Amino acid sequence: MLELLRQPWPWYTSGIVIAFIMVLLLFFGKSFGFSSNLRTICSACGAGKTVKFFDFDWRTQIWNLLFLVGAIIGGFISAEFLSNGEAVQISQATIQDLQQLGISSPDGMQPEEIFSLSAAFSLKGFLILLLGGFAIGFGARYAGGCTSGHAISGISNLQLPSLIAVIGFFIGGLITTFVLMPLIF
Amino acid sequence: MKGIKFIIAGILFGIVMSKSEAISWFRIQEMFRFQDFHMYGIIGTAVVLGTLATFLIKKFKLRDYQGNPIVFTPKEKSIPRYIIGGTIFGLGWALTGACPGPMFVNIGYSYWAIFIAIAGALSGTYLYGALKDRLPH
Repeated sequence: MLELLRQPWPWYTSGIVIAFIMVLLLFFGKSFGFSSNLRTICSACGAGKTVKFFDFDWRTQIWNLLFLVGAIIGGFISAEFLSNGEAVQISQATIQDLQQLGISSPDGMQPEEIFSLSAAFSLKGFLILLLGGFAIGFGARYAGGCTSGHAISGISNLQLPSLIAVIGFFIGGLITTFVLMPLIF
Repeated sequence: MKGIKFIIAGILFGIVMSKSEAISWFRIQEMFRFQDFHMYGIIGTAVVLGTLATFLIKKFKLRDYQGNPIVFTPKEKSIPRYIIGGTIFGLGWALTGACPGPMFVNIGYSYWAIFIAIAGALSGTYLYGALKDRLPH
């Protein structure tokens, strides 16, 4: 059993569990949306003193911060106890495309060329992570949600705005993948 | 200990995102290159089941565990806000290979470099808050 759990899980297990988590949070009287935590953290750090957008009672969002803490613990449990240490099994076509950009085939979960500490603290690696993260934070709040709030919760509730946001996610993702990455790497 | 259920839900989320490799930069690249069904399968299954669940909750007017009606707040109507904000989000998603949830799951996975992306995400959120009234919505 443990051996089976240690292998990568098929996509449908993940889809089923994500939908289950969405429903679970609804039954807890909350809604599934992860990026709100970024706003809550800003507010908890006192950003409400300078910017009105962060001036709200962040304590009402502690439940979501607990979910965030759980997500970190879940990652730890997976890495420590549920992993067989195998590389991510991505398609051969992706491996070849990435090799042309100078990114070697997967050795673990993340590429060494970006996530190893030596890469992350080179100027290029540092800027990739910092600016990428910046766009995620800025864009998620501008669009009013991220993958969980729009692509999962919003589309499940047949919200046209969420579909527009997801189209935006793909426009941005395709620009990075096909225009920016060949220039950066 | 009212909060423990949220921690448990989060743990389940962290485990399933890890084990289905949705926290991997490589998987996000593969998705944006349309070279495998994996990520589409994850999001697609979640959306199909989520839509069914949302429909049933509304149809049978189900209540949460405290007996309050489950309400779905409609998203505010706009196009520019979603298309511009969404595009900026997508630029970052493909670059770091992690949307906000997986960013934090990666901490548990000991990919410490992700803290740089989280610092960026918090600064981006702060700047949006500061510029909010001057942006088209």
